[in-house]
Amino acid sequence: MSGHSTYEPKWAAARWMDQRLPIVRMGADFMTMPTPRNLNYWWTFGGILMLCLIVQIASGVILGMHYVAHVDYAFDSVQRIRRDVPYGWLMQSTHAVGASMFFLAVYMHIFRALYYGSYKAPREVLWILGCLIYLVMMATAFLGYTLPWGQMSFWGATVITGFFGAVPVVGESLQQWLLGGYAVDNATLNRFYSLHYLLPFVIAALSGLHIWALHVTGSNNPIGVSDKVKTDTLPFHPYFTVKDMLAVTVFLMIFAFFLFYLPDALGHADNLIKADPLKTPPHIVPEWYFLPFYAILRAVPDKLAGILLMVGAIAVLFVLPWLDTSRVRSMRFRPIARWFFFIFIFMCFILGWCGAETPDDNAFLGLSFYRLSQIATIYYFGYFLVILPILGLVENPEERPASITQSILDHGDKPKPEAVQAPAE
Amino acid sequence: MALKTVRNLMIAGGVAVASLTGIAIASGGSVADGYEMVHKHWHWSGVTGTYDQEAMQRGYNVYAQVCRSCHNLDHLAFRHLGDKGGPFYDERYENPNDNPLVKNIAAEYEVIDVNPEDGSEISRPGIPADMFPPVYRNTAEAAYVNNGAIPPDLSVMVKARNNGADYVYNLMLAYDHPQPDSVVTSSGQYYNPVMEGGKIAMGPQLQPQVGVFEYQSETEGQNPPEATVEQMAADVVEFLAWSADPKLAERKSAGMMSMVYLLILALLLWLSYKRIWARLKPKT
Repeated sequence: MSGHSTYEPKWAAARWMDQRLPIVRMGADFMTMPTPRNLNYWWTFGGILMLCLIVQIASGVILGMHYVAHVDYAFDSVQRIRRDVPYGWLMQSTHAVGASMFFLAVYMHIFRALYYGSYKAPREVLWILGCLIYLVMMATAFLGYTLPWGQMSFWGATVITGFFGAVPVVGESLQQWLLGGYAVDNATLNRFYSLHYLLPFVIAALSGLHIWALHVTGSNNPIGVSDKVKTDTLPFHPYFTVKDMLAVTVFLMIFAFFLFYLPDALGHADNLIKADPLKTPPHIVPEWYFLPFYAILRAVPDKLAGILLMVGAIAVLFVLPWLDTSRVRSMRFRPIARWFFFIFIFMCFILGWCGAETPDDNAFLGLSFYRLSQIATIYYFGYFLVILPILGLVENPEERPASITQSILDHGDKPKPEAVQAPAE
Repeated sequence: MALKTVRNLMIAGGVAVASLTGIAIASGGSVADGYEMVHKHWHWSGVTGTYDQEAMQRGYNVYAQVCRSCHNLDHLAFRHLGDKGGPFYDERYENPNDNPLVKNIAAEYEVIDVNPEDGSEISRPGIPADMFPPVYRNTAEAAYVNNGAIPPDLSVMVKARNNGADYVYNLMLAYDHPQPDSVVTSSGQYYNPVMEGGKIAMGPQLQPQVGVFEYQSETEGQNPPEATVEQMAADVVEFLAWSADPKLAERKSAGMMSMVYLLILALLLWLSYKRIWARLKPKT
């Protein structure tokens, strides 16, 4: 909880500043923020995501100095960055692998919120801001993937902008307005580059609001019981700064593994073929982080219905705080919901698998990927629209500890409450 | 508790790497018609593997004498050949523009330029700073000469196909695989099971009676292997793999340093974490 500020300016200059713009106070309050002491490693992805955003913006700004947004030169300029620009190979790989890492972390962060009920009151606005960040991230990633101007860039952009053409009445003019012409071409590439440069700063601004909202409500925690007594929390620094830094470093090792040893493994080989408007690649597939949504899109034969489903798959997240009727936040104490949650995660992977394959192919036992994606899509929406609303009313949650301190006492390996007063820093 | 933390971190990391690698590998291509892809062990595979310089040099010879008649290396300049990690790198010439082997190679190509005095078009021998000049003046000429099919650029080919090294290697060797009735090739087309759809406009290139030549030795005291079809295919793949990913050696060595650095940092942070959180333990 934000609590009241304990910052005391030590010098006259600091006092002077504090009365005019209390920015030092804000930083100090961030560092002393009382944080639930029982946070586990799933709570480290917030810090990891902040790093991801910084890495993407820093590497992106440098790439922007060498990239040429023109249909005749874009592909060649990326090759030039990889071959001739000093450490360009590192910047380009960091940015490309970094996008995948960003999504990996954001999915962990979202699944954490879903499991521990972090979207429930009083954190609805915090959650909605997170959903907005995710939405803008998807737009940014899609726009960025167009820029190298490979075959997947071009045809991915053609397919995605084609969705807008399916909108009734205004669809065709809307699509032309987006593309700046009748097809994906130089005008499209230029505006995509412009927007790709703009949106990360929108993400940064939204992240600022997201963190602000977090500091108003305080962090949720694995037992979902709000902190009540002083022994429930610890100051953010040094307890959680050191824990976050450890997690960030482990995350960076995974990042570095891909960056240095499999830099192109998360992308498509087809995107190293220069875009050719006259030659459609045999399989147009999005990047891995969009595959579940791609599978939902293709789960129905009608184009417009598919698009509505795909948009709905994101939209449903925004209203989730009001769909889940259970007053128990953490799934640790929801014996039935927990299993539906694990099936939900499994179905997300199934959708990802379906998105990567050809719909008519056989998945297993004569079941086509098309049918499989329909089953998983029904579960995806069923989880949010049927299971969570009903389960909250009928499920008998397990008994929850009275407080965080109590939950620590219940586990013998944790410190005693009289000793858990954090030493002042 | 400490062990549990480490175990959880390792599991999380393992799952992340495994799932992402799984996605990456699952997207690899497959080959039809009963052709068994030969998966060669490449010199550059593995955590520390780098390109075999002699193989790259022989591979360049194969490119220059066989592939070059139709395929360009769009993204390569001659000077790249003498870069560190490149086929003709010589430590005596840190600046590849001074490397005599590179100069000689460049001079073998004719480059279209503009006469600075009167603006007329001239043709001059290449210098290391030049890009490999295009084989055809434009795509229309390329298509006209090659029965409508435009020979693709080879400089990123190994990266532009799934398992690109195995793909190119097998493509060179798979021409004699029996053609099934389901694949009908028209005139000017050849059957090749490695190609998507089985049809390819390029005829077999590395045949003993067509493309055979003796490997020249660029370095003294070197004993070049016999130029069999397999040997030539493997060598040209070595060269093209370098051409598609010339920073591989630099990247891997930076990777090793980064991993060691991060490992030590993680260890120190873990110890700091233990120490800071130990303040909360009751004093006995």
